[in-house]
Amino acid sequence: MSAAEIHYIDTPHPVTGVTNSKLAIWAFLASEVMLFGGLFSAYILLRVGAVSWPHGSELLNVPLATVNTMILITSSVTMVMAWASLMMKQLGRFRIYMSATILLSLGFLVIKSFEYAAKFEHHHFPSTDNFYGIYFTLTGLHGLHIIGGVFVNLYLLLVSGSAWKENPRKFTGRIEAAGLYWHFVDLVWIFLFPALYLL
Amino acid sequence: MHQPILTEHHEAAHAEHHEPGFIGKYIFSVDHKWIGVQYTVTALCFLFFGFCLMMLMRWQLAFPGEPLPLIGNLLGEGMPGGVMLPEFYNSLGAMHGTIMVFLGVVPLAVGGFGNYLVPLQVGAPDMAFPKLNAASYWVYFVGGVIMFASFFVPGGAANSGWTSYPPLSVIATAGQTWWLVGMVFLITSSLLGSVNIIVTIVQLRAKGLSFFRMPFLVWAQFVTSFLLLLAFPPLEAAGILQLMDRVAGTSFFLPTGLVVSGAAMTNAGGGNPILWQHLFWFLAHPEVYVLILPAVGIVTEIIVNNTRKPLYGYKTIIYGILFLGFMSFIVWAHHMFMTGMGVTMSNFFQVTTMIISIPSVVVLTVLILTLWGASIRFTVPMHFALAFLPMFAIGGLTGLPLGLTASDIYLHDTYYVIGHFHYVVAPGTLFALFAGIYFWYPKVTGRMMSRFFGKLHFWLSFISINGIFFPMLIQGIAGLNRRLYDPTFYTHGAAIQNLNVIISVCAWCLGAAQLIFVLNFFLSLKFGKKATDNPWDSTTLEWATPTPPPHGNFLHEPVVYRGPYEYSVPGMTEDFLPQHVPAKA
Repeated sequence: MSAAEIHYIDTPHPVTGVTNSKLAIWAFLASEVMLFGGLFSAYILLRVGAVSWPHGSELLNVPLATVNTMILITSSVTMVMAWASLMMKQLGRFRIYMSATILLSLGFLVIKSFEYAAKFEHHHFPSTDNFYGIYFTLTGLHGLHIIGGVFVNLYLLLVSGSAWKENPRKFTGRIEAAGLYWHFVDLVWIFLFPALYLL
Repeated sequence: MHQPILTEHHEAAHAEHHEPGFIGKYIFSVDHKWIGVQYTVTALCFLFFGFCLMMLMRWQLAFPGEPLPLIGNLLGEGMPGGVMLPEFYNSLGAMHGTIMVFLGVVPLAVGGFGNYLVPLQVGAPDMAFPKLNAASYWVYFVGGVIMFASFFVPGGAANSGWTSYPPLSVIATAGQTWWLVGMVFLITSSLLGSVNIIVTIVQLRAKGLSFFRMPFLVWAQFVTSFLLLLAFPPLEAAGILQLMDRVAGTSFFLPTGLVVSGAAMTNAGGGNPILWQHLFWFLAHPEVYVLILPAVGIVTEIIVNNTRKPLYGYKTIIYGILFLGFMSFIVWAHHMFMTGMGVTMSNFFQVTTMIISIPSVVVLTVLILTLWGASIRFTVPMHFALAFLPMFAIGGLTGLPLGLTASDIYLHDTYYVIGHFHYVVAPGTLFALFAGIYFWYPKVTGRMMSRFFGKLHFWLSFISINGIFFPMLIQGIAGLNRRLYDPTFYTHGAAIQNLNVIISVCAWCLGAAQLIFVLNFFLSLKFGKKATDNPWDSTTLEWATPTPPPHGNFLHEPVVYRGPYEYSVPGMTEDFLPQHVPAKA
């Protein structure tokens, strides 16, 4: 019966112009902005309050982080391509681009783990000082967001066959929402990279 | 003509739905109504548990150092020989605040009432994301279990106050780590819930239900959800940083050269304890409005319904709370006047604090003017709703001296502060929530609650709760510090110890009075008078459903023709005109 259906799951609301999931992901991202905003504020306050604060470029591996930046930006591009493939109703191409996105994010995590391992080898831990403390906290939380994104993308890739068959528009909307999240995670890194490594 | 839509086909509609099994229906339900009930019952249990912690503390405060008779010996390590240890007292205080705010009032107001009523009042079949909704409840549940379990870890539950100020909280016992992990779960839960409420209100309003036709309760939940969405993450950030301080040995909140119990700390230092306060209060001030706004929403619905008049200044009260919501983000540091943050900062927050009192007064004025000239129906929910007005007013007005730096220096961290915010939250918000339970109980269960026991519950609660919090204002003005394990330790405290005895007796009476509510709540399920679909002759959409509403809520997609409070419309035979009833041709 019609009354029990939840509207605007796959079609945009005529007034707001968005589907439920798209509005929800934007609200969620607003919340995420406040989360990372709080942490960045903490970083700024700790740094301006510190007697001395090291230059990130002297302690951290800038070349590796540059490579990682490139990887993440590329993964954002492949994510858009995955969504665009669905818009063109090409499920096969979607799978290729989605797999590429997942592989790139795993590549990011592998490089990040090498960076962490090198720090630990030199006995640089979160407890060493507040520079390393905030470095590990911010990149660690960002890494958790990447891992979360990998799981979501992997799930969407695995169910793509049946979900596409069942409701292509709904599935395309989910990929768009996952894409928005992925771009946000990418954007956080774009802020983290200069803040921690360059400044 | 004011019959709810198609009640006669009620049974037929039931049959059309695929009914889920027992677990799907009652445990892992995705129906917003049942999730609302789960939230309500769980939150009420936590409220009572949190209150029990306080009733225990009140023994120590009334009779410091004396063994608690009867149950004192059963409470384990915290009370050897029935005498409360200071550490246990601190745990009780910290957990009372945490449980009441994060596990009691917010889940009841937003999780319970928001979940149950928002989809019904906007004419939606469910929340926008039913599974996310269920996830939100279960994440909350796990958070609650973690908080509860923390009482049994070595050293007991968190004992650094509900505000968890470092450095004390960083060097505290393991319970604090559990507290932080529990908070992460609770924050996640409220994030999922608030996203769901926002999307439901924006996207799923029934045809004809424009924003300025929404019941005020929906508006209140809308603003509340934005506060939860945007204010909680900075606390999560702070929680993560404190967790790192405790687990990974960082020094975000630990200054250089910290000496604890005569020994220098080995941590790197360089951190800033004030940073925690900023991040914490950036959440916790909007949190105050998270506690109060849903309550105002509930009270408004009940007052309008029982005055049988339109709301005086519907748009005014909405703009009022929108401004209130915005302002609540820039007043947080009025909790921190004593940290020495400088005159410029203090002045800024002093001014914003005075400004935020204006919309609060607007809200209260609108409600009082609604009463003017009405022939009021004194139902049980109306008793609680009417009591809310002066109680919230006392709570709000006693806040003004705290918002001015000059008087705050004297009153800061005294019992005056406790009296002030409890007047807002306990006889304010909690009374509103009780009003809501009495008001919507017939819709949820199909039975009316007993009027006699409802009124008995009200009067006993009303008298005893004022006996608790009014003396606290006096104690605070006399200079008695909060969080004191033994209030007679200082001479000025010993001189007013008799007030502590009065407060404690009132607290225990209040506890006893709640048993009337518990009995009424359960016995009415079976013996209550059968409720009709619209027992209060109300106008909003939730009363256009069958009682209790079936899965999917409405038998027809409702269409809205008018604003929410069309009472006593001239020329009508009945004194209410529901939103979904078409105008006469």
